[in-house]
Amino acid sequence: MKPLVQVEGLRVVARNDAGVEFPIVKGVDFAINQGEVLALIGESGSGKTTIALSLMGYARNGCRIAGGSVRIGDKQVLELDDAGLSGLRGRTVAYIAQSAASSFNPSRTLMDQVVESAAIHRTLSRAKAEAKAVELFRALALPDPEHIGARYPHQVSGGQLQRVMAAMAFITDPALVILDEPTTALDVTTQIEVLRAFRNVVRQLGTTAVYVSHDLAVVAQMADRIVVLRDGEIRENGETAQVLEAPAHDYTRCLLAAAEPVERDIAIAAPAPQRMPVPLLQIRGLCAGYGAIGRDGLPAKRILTDIDLTIERGATVGVIGESGSGKTTLARVVAGMVPSARGQVLLDDAPLPDGSHGRTREQHQRVQFVFQNADTALNPAHSIGAILARPLSFYLHLRGDARRKRVLQLLDLVKLPASIADRLPGELSGGQKQRINLARALAAGPDLILCDEITSALDTVVAAAILDLMAELRRELKVSYMFISHDINTVRAICDEIVVLYAGQKVESRPRAALGDAPFHPYTHLLVSSVPKLEMGWLDTVCARGAAHLPTLAPLPAASDAALCGFLPRCGVRIDGLCNRLPPPRQQLPNGGEILCHHTPAALIPLQAPLQRFEEVA
Amino acid sequence: MSSSALASFPFFRAVAGAWSTMSPAALLGMAIVVFWLIVTLAGPSLSPHDASAIVDPDVFGPISWQFPLGTDYLGRDMLSRILYGARYTVALALAATVLASATGTLLGLYAAVAGGWFDASLCRALDALISIPSKMFALMMVASFGSSVPLLIITAALGFMPGAYRIARALAVNVQALDFVQAAKARGEGMAYIGCVEILPNMIRPVLADFGLRFVFTVLLLSGLSFLSLGVQPPDADWGSLVRENIGGLSEGAPAVLMPALAIASLTIGVNLLIDNLRGKRKDAR
Repeated sequence: MKPLVQVEGLRVVARNDAGVEFPIVKGVDFAINQGEVLALIGESGSGKTTIALSLMGYARNGCRIAGGSVRIGDKQVLELDDAGLSGLRGRTVAYIAQSAASSFNPSRTLMDQVVESAAIHRTLSRAKAEAKAVELFRALALPDPEHIGARYPHQVSGGQLQRVMAAMAFITDPALVILDEPTTALDVTTQIEVLRAFRNVVRQLGTTAVYVSHDLAVVAQMADRIVVLRDGEIRENGETAQVLEAPAHDYTRCLLAAAEPVERDIAIAAPAPQRMPVPLLQIRGLCAGYGAIGRDGLPAKRILTDIDLTIERGATVGVIGESGSGKTTLARVVAGMVPSARGQVLLDDAPLPDGSHGRTREQHQRVQFVFQNADTALNPAHSIGAILARPLSFYLHLRGDARRKRVLQLLDLVKLPASIADRLPGELSGGQKQRINLARALAAGPDLILCDEITSALDTVVAAAILDLMAELRRELKVSYMFISHDINTVRAICDEIVVLYAGQKVESRPRAALGDAPFHPYTHLLVSSVPKLEMGWLDTVCARGAAHLPTLAPLPAASDAALCGFLPRCGVRIDGLCNRLPPPRQQLPNGGEILCHHTPAALIPLQAPLQRFEEVA
Repeated sequence: MSSSALASFPFFRAVAGAWSTMSPAALLGMAIVVFWLIVTLAGPSLSPHDASAIVDPDVFGPISWQFPLGTDYLGRDMLSRILYGARYTVALALAATVLASATGTLLGLYAAVAGGWFDASLCRALDALISIPSKMFALMMVASFGSSVPLLIITAALGFMPGAYRIARALAVNVQALDFVQAAKARGEGMAYIGCVEILPNMIRPVLADFGLRFVFTVLLLSGLSFLSLGVQPPDADWGSLVRENIGGLSEGAPAVLMPALAIASLTIGVNLLIDNLRGKRKDAR
């Protein structure tokens, strides 16, 4: 049988600032059979999105398809004129972009936008298109499928929007669907729902799809074939099982290794975090938020509620939670960028003043903040040398040669060549920028470094190198880290203690040694079991375990003001009459951790039995 | 010295780079602006006659070899008058615009970094100033204090400062939300450092483009005032006054009234061409 899609010798070139063209896709061949899901996998810059877009005959601004052929069905895509391409896009080939939030028009309802391509291509009448959209919403497991179309994009969550976008792509029954990193921007607990919905729809409709991703574990759940790309060339092309279990190419093996959670050697060379009488940082009963301060002394929009946290000298505490859980705000309060409303932050038993104005330069120096996004955290108008020199002269009053020497030492410390000092941030790669970001914090000679999702924007291989570097710096310089992440594998790699935030509450803390041991707080359990694993069929196993129906709650006579459990609306083991009535108590776990839950640890263990699967890998 | 040896010097490379990336329209604008700057500096020594000398018995004389731009209503050489007048028009406008843009930008930066009540009250005060039309404001100033060169500079500077402030503040507010400014704040840096070292270099291009635009407005305002005989006073004359005093020649189509108007037009068009390219380059770079 002839494959549905045949790509031969595809070449794409890009033009740089000087007007010189250079190749970014260098002669790529592959084929996709009817009903097959093909994954394009590689690091950023490997050309995976460029190849996916060229299937629609499209090249991004500054790029040009220079040669080769793309055949879909009986159409030669690259030979089509503009009218032909308009007929192809959205009708024969549909595209689901990475960020649904920026792909929707905020001023039109979801239904208007979903049926738009059916109207443009005149495949269905409006009424029929709407009926079909509702069917798709149902198939994608969207809540209230009959009425969700009347909402506007800001009225649904990120994961739901991503599924609505899939409905938009499927409405014209396209021959080929391109999914470009559709779950990368989502939290793991949301990602699993979206993946499940996508896979069910793809199976039901027998769609042919191209799945672009950097995440092997996600691809293992979705794809029939995997194409591994690097620098615009195909390194390996094979069945999913073969690529995962018997990779033929070194680069594939390297990717597989980086995707496995690695525990960095943190405890051996480093002196175990010393139990000094006074811990380095203590947070007591912290509440913080944004907006006007109300009569009760709390801000209008409360982000953090009653947080207690201790960081010992030389220890690394990981803070995990989904977006919006308040983990960045916590670090910003410690750094003095956000004022606290209640509670105390103590550094060596001395309270840190609220906000940045009351702090002394020495207090600033001892707590350094590393921003998530190195692209914006480095001033594009300053050279790397100047960026690193500033904290040296600001805190340590270094001048002239001594400062220059220290800058070079710092560059050496983060394993960058000295020649980089004269460059501007715009000339560096993402991983290099993140190293500079880290080096700037180290320049101050701090006791505590607050790391806000510093590996999230990086490729797996680069992120692994940054984590190695952090573990090494910790051994050499004996700094403490507060390491914030949404990725449990990253946190597990380098942290001594793990703290889980949900909706601004600290729901759990536990030492790293006991990370895989039940009992968990129900949210942590959901989080841990949602992390995709590098094995085929994992998604089916998890789905079989199933999203059990949530226990129903009786409506309360009057919602009491007490701080109820923040996880209540999503909790699978909630108890009517208890969880929705009383604030949860803090319970000590046998392994040294604690959870914020009504269930006793002993009662939770049998509920979380499937988690033994997690243990095997950990 | 070969061109490659020249190119090894960073300065020459930068200049060569700037020239090669400019569009033809920008080069034309640049040429016009450079031409008028030279005239401003060297005008008096280039002029064939004294500006106030009556050299032609005829008034509103036509273009001739002796008087390339004709003569004015008293029989003075128009070329010389324009060369002398350039000093007033270009230098006055330049001084006023530098004053307006510099104070506006610094105030805008300070307001963006300081925020709070200082920002709010400064915004409202300058909004009040913006709401007065610039011509009306200038008329009021001249009527109250009489016309003199320093007063004209201050009037134009005051009139155009609120606009410069608004633009600078808007730019600075955008830049200061970026992480590197937050990083500087978390480091405990002072306001002056954050404003001048972290923020200013990242907004200088649009501020310069705004400077050019404001220069054009200032030229037009000062010329307008002179046309109403409220600007530069005789015997000195800027281009606006030249148009005014030769307005009688309009019915005869005398070059004396056209030439200063053309000078104003070419200066403003030249500056505009240059600015438009400065702003356009960013778009291309995307």
